[in-house]
Amino acid sequence: MSQSHLMIHIVPGKCDYCGCCVGVCPEDAIELMESKIAIIEERCTNCRKCVWACPWEVIEFHREGVTELPKHTPQMLNEPVKFQ
Amino acid sequence: MKKFDYDVIVVGAGPAGSTAARYAAAGGAKVLMLEKDRDVGYPVRCGEAVSHEGVSQFITPDPKWIASTVTKFRLVAPNGNSVIPNLDGGGYVLERRIFDYELAKIAADAGAEVITKAYVYDLLRENDAVVGVKVLIKDQKTEIRAKVVIAADGVESRVGKWAGMDTTCHIKDMESCAQMTLSGIDVEEDVLDFYFGDSISPGGYLWVFPKGKSTANVGLGLSVDAAKKKSAIRFLHEFVERKYPKAAMLTHIAGGVPCAKTNPEIVKGNVILVGDAAHQVNPVSGGGIISGMIGGMIGGQVAAEAIQSGELKFLCEYEKRWHKRLGWRHDVFYNIKNAISRFDDSTLNNICDSALELPVEKRTLGAIFRAALWNQPSMIIDVAKVFVS
Ligand SMILES: Cc1cc2nc3c(=O)[nH]c(=O)nc-3n(C[C@H](O)[C@H](O)[C@H](O)COP(=O)(O)OP(=O)(O)OC[C@H]3O[C@@H](n4cnc5c(N)ncnc54)[C@H](O)[C@@H]3O)c2cc1C
Ligand code: SF4
Ligand code: SF4
Repeated sequence: MSQSHLMIHIVPGKCDYCGCCVGVCPEDAIELMESKIAIIEERCTNCRKCVWACPWEVIEFHREGVTELPKHTPQMLNEPVKFQ
Repeated sequence: MKKFDYDVIVVGAGPAGSTAARYAAAGGAKVLMLEKDRDVGYPVRCGEAVSHEGVSQFITPDPKWIASTVTKFRLVAPNGNSVIPNLDGGGYVLERRIFDYELAKIAADAGAEVITKAYVYDLLRENDAVVGVKVLIKDQKTEIRAKVVIAADGVESRVGKWAGMDTTCHIKDMESCAQMTLSGIDVEEDVLDFYFGDSISPGGYLWVFPKGKSTANVGLGLSVDAAKKKSAIRFLHEFVERKYPKAAMLTHIAGGVPCAKTNPEIVKGNVILVGDAAHQVNPVSGGGIISGMIGGMIGGQVAAEAIQSGELKFLCEYEKRWHKRLGWRHDVFYNIKNAISRFDDSTLNNICDSALELPVEKRTLGAIFRAALWNQPSMIIDVAKVFVS
């Protein structure tokens, strides 16, 4: 049974794509590619197993929901250099 | 009915997948192996230790994929005392990026085709039967038809679930792991180090596996149940800061190891699971390279026999042969793991001290197990089963 209110957040840019979270997810609710990861919202039951499993603390639990949280890393960390 | 493109599709080019592809192709099947990453063998998420006996069943040891040859274990108790049993038959710390590559080349030499950057995102079905896979190759969606699908897609396996097998690993059995390859450190080139204790890796262990004179894989795994309180990476950072503060960090990875019994189902219809995807890992050590290759070999052989005979029902034979060869042992090891993981620090210290009372030549792993038994008599029957076999 899935809930409409997602509370699981994958912090953008922090993941190592190791698959430990996928291995414990009972709902097959995580899509993992070579260097992409996402929660399949319709399937996730907010059970938190992936949060506990992640060796690098990449996945967070937010009771208030995750819609406000950033899904992508900023494009660049430095301001582009301007040449005269 | 439409023609099949292949007899067998193998999903995942790790040790289990490449070995399955090799034996299926050698048995006369037309084989395609698909790997999602751009490289076979990379990134390496592994301590890379194997026994000589295990690896040489499949491939002649070759210096190009051996980082260190090891002859001893060192077990370090929580109080810092250690005992060094001999490693019967010796072993190696691999360069898996070369080793895995080599295994894929052997599969290719046996006739298997291989495609990298090929992410399998679903099974292909026709009238409820699996008839192949849906795959994203670079960014092109493609359907490829095959009579048998071998899922060798590792700890992150999803193919088995799509085929209707529940492969979810229970959180108490999944080991959450972190590892760094450290360089510029003092290591003994022929010793595998294992550290135990609640402050190091509760219920699991930390390893230092040498890769040459001054480099080692330093990593640890702990049950996800224990990791709820504190994550693997925190334990690892604490150990490294204390023990190797000046080390150069050459790699830094996360990982997961399913230290469970073999998955209850490893064959369904024409889909079979091998390696980590089937939970074919030694539950005590967490070692899954050789056992995954054994699973892959049996899976590949049975798939080829099923294709040759035209009887896909024959695939059930895989489950029987796996359990006869190794699965039953893993069941026993699993019970031992559950007993060992309950040992507290003082029990572990006692086991080490009683092992140290043994004469040096008698300090074998078996003897240390027997010392452990004094602390956990219910394990005797389980251990007896392992040593009698
Ligand atoms: C930190 C750590 C340390 C370890 N140390 C040791 C050790 O010292 N000794 C030992 O024996 N074992 C060790 N292991 C376990 C060992 O690494 C695994 O058991 C072994 O790699 C399993 O082999 P495999 O072929 O089943 O899976 P993998 O080697 O994981 O290969 C699976 C492959 O499938 C690919 N794949 C996954 N999904 C898809 C998809 N949808 N489409 C296409 N391709 C896909 C992946 O990219 C991957 O290449 C360790 C594991 C970890 C995490
Ligand atoms: S919270 Fe549970 S269901 Fe949702 S992705 Fe994580 S493990 Fe899967
Ligand atoms: S367990 Fe953590 S690091 Fe590994 S794939 Fe999942 S989110 Fe990424």
